[in-house]
Amino acid sequence: MKLRDDVVTLAHGAGGKATRALVEGLFLEELRNPVLEPLGDAALVELEGTRLAFTTDSYVVKPIFFPGGSIGDLAVNGTVNDLAVAGAVPLWLSAGFVIEEGFPVADLRRVARDMAGAAEAAGVAIATGDTKVVERGNADGLYVNTTGVGALAPGVDVRPDRVQAGDRVLLSGTLGDHGMAVMIARGDLRLEADIESDTAPVHELAAALLELGGVRWMRDPTRGGLATALNELARHAGVAVVLAEDALPVLPEVAGACEILGIDPLYVASEGRLIAVVAAETAAAALAALRSRPLGANAAVIGSIGDDPQGLVLLDTSLGGRRIVDALVGDPLPRIC
Amino acid sequence: MRFLDEFRSGELARRLSREIGAQVEPGREVRIMEVCGGHTHVISKHGLEDLVPDEIDFLHGPGCPVCVIPMGRVDDAIFLAEQPGVTFATFGDMLRVPGGRGSLLQAKARGADVRMVYSPLDALELARRNPDRRVVFLAIGFETTAPATAVTLLRCREEGIGNFSVFCNHVTIGPPLRAILDSPGLRLDAFIAPGHVSTVIGTGTYDFIARDYGRPVVVTAFEPLDILQAVVMVLRQFREGRCEVENQYTRVVRREGNPRAIAAISETMELGETFEWRGLGWIERSGLRLRPEFADWDAEVCFELPGNRVEDPKACQCGEVLVGAIKPWECKVFGTACTPERPIGTCMVSAEGACAAYYNYGRVAMKA
Repeated sequence: MKLRDDVVTLAHGAGGKATRALVEGLFLEELRNPVLEPLGDAALVELEGTRLAFTTDSYVVKPIFFPGGSIGDLAVNGTVNDLAVAGAVPLWLSAGFVIEEGFPVADLRRVARDMAGAAEAAGVAIATGDTKVVERGNADGLYVNTTGVGALAPGVDVRPDRVQAGDRVLLSGTLGDHGMAVMIARGDLRLEADIESDTAPVHELAAALLELGGVRWMRDPTRGGLATALNELARHAGVAVVLAEDALPVLPEVAGACEILGIDPLYVASEGRLIAVVAAETAAAALAALRSRPLGANAAVIGSIGDDPQGLVLLDTSLGGRRIVDALVGDPLPRIC
Repeated sequence: MRFLDEFRSGELARRLSREIGAQVEPGREVRIMEVCGGHTHVISKHGLEDLVPDEIDFLHGPGCPVCVIPMGRVDDAIFLAEQPGVTFATFGDMLRVPGGRGSLLQAKARGADVRMVYSPLDALELARRNPDRRVVFLAIGFETTAPATAVTLLRCREEGIGNFSVFCNHVTIGPPLRAILDSPGLRLDAFIAPGHVSTVIGTGTYDFIARDYGRPVVVTAFEPLDILQAVVMVLRQFREGRCEVENQYTRVVRREGNPRAIAAISETMELGETFEWRGLGWIERSGLRLRPEFADWDAEVCFELPGNRVEDPKACQCGEVLVGAIKPWECKVFGTACTPERPIGTCMVSAEGACAAYYNYGRVAMKA
């Protein structure tokens, strides 16, 4: 995909097609190597017989504290989840902080405590870190970067190429809670709703599915939402993904807020959800395994994989029509992760 | 959400779909233009074309306010946004619309202070909070959004706020409909008229369509079931040999509209001699401008705009799409040179544009 813009716009950061153009048309072109090439959530490397997953992510969420969590929770859970959906057991994280001059120490401590709590819940150690302070006005409060390393158990193999027609698509919980909670917490929209971020580590859900077997591919629907994650799958695997609108779990508050704002929950980020494509014969057991855990209580089978039309995501609407679900084009939405 | 589910019941949709099937005369095509981009969006998003027989053909009209803004006006907007000390505010849809010099989003990336707002009152609030900035609000939309701009202007005058102005691109719905009806090679049988704008102007505006042009009109709300019901109402008019303006949106729309909203518009705005519409060209007395009493808040008076006319790109067939002469995918550049990420024409930019609706939702089942 070619990058045809002269300057970087917010669309390049939204996780949709413009982001893809930036990553593939600039970074991959300049930095190309076999480990980077697959552009997965985490890179897979092998070291003396041990397979490792290696990932990094930066967090620029505004506001830093929001209902259900903070930038600290997000920075740990987001990276843990990128490792977990690659099929790895998360082990170590690094943490880098870019702090704006004048940032309250009490807030920084609160963020660090959230990170400690999240790391403990996910069973990872924050093993190293870095701190930079920039002049007032040169950063918006606080940015956090985390890098994570995890190990893959022998035999674990989750890749888009393994997905085939007939497989089922599972989602571990409701869509879009995080994105909508943050958008509302910003206060720009003058909307009030009782919506909390879903930020959480999904490593246990992923491990439970891997133990059952039959898992082809996993992903966490963050920036760009479910629609964008499944479009990437459809493209990489050369399959069609067919979703059933009636089966999509969306909280009534989130559905209502989305309706008012004209946003489709399919494109709104979650930070504690897991999408899994599993073999049809494993689907019932996988759903039961997800639902038996509190984090997966609202899990659902939301669709299936087909042969045709290749590379597209389709939605069977509640009304009985069928339409395409495209990848996010890049909306000027606020920073949510 | 209870109020959503009630209007999106699959069972009711199937019932209406059966009724449409029963009303339609086999083999006789009925071309219905839904005027409003909101309707186009709902039809595509809910896959309504799958619920009606092949005889029913939805044509997509000019009622997407973003789609009808000509490129020259976008360039004027960018010019305003780039003036020193200016904070430029508008609706999110406008940000990606390409003019001759790129889009507002690109101007923002180059350093212009461009903000997305959900209401002109939010733009006025920006002016209150930033007295050292000159806040310019790009107002677009039919009579639907004009009252909000009008109320903002009235409040602005009342509070004596000096650092706020409106770049007015409001348009009216009647003239473009007449232009379409007068266009050669017209191929449409009935209208689904926009619900939201009718809450303001009432249903009388459409009388000339039934009376002078012999086309039935059904003023329609925006839920998928509403649109299916409107199709039933259109078909009934044909079967019963009637040709009138009917109101499907009785839960909100009254024949006389909303007199207070109309009064607010007339207090602050007046019809200009002519306004350029993308794809439709110049249409007399179709655009609203601020009244001279509001010159202090009129960006076209406060700033010297370049006002250059920019020809639509040669390859772009937005104009033919907007009058229903061609389907979006019949355009030469649809989905190839023109996509939502690199739009050439405005119909591909806004979520309400016919081309974007087809590109985003409908590429599987394009009926020729």
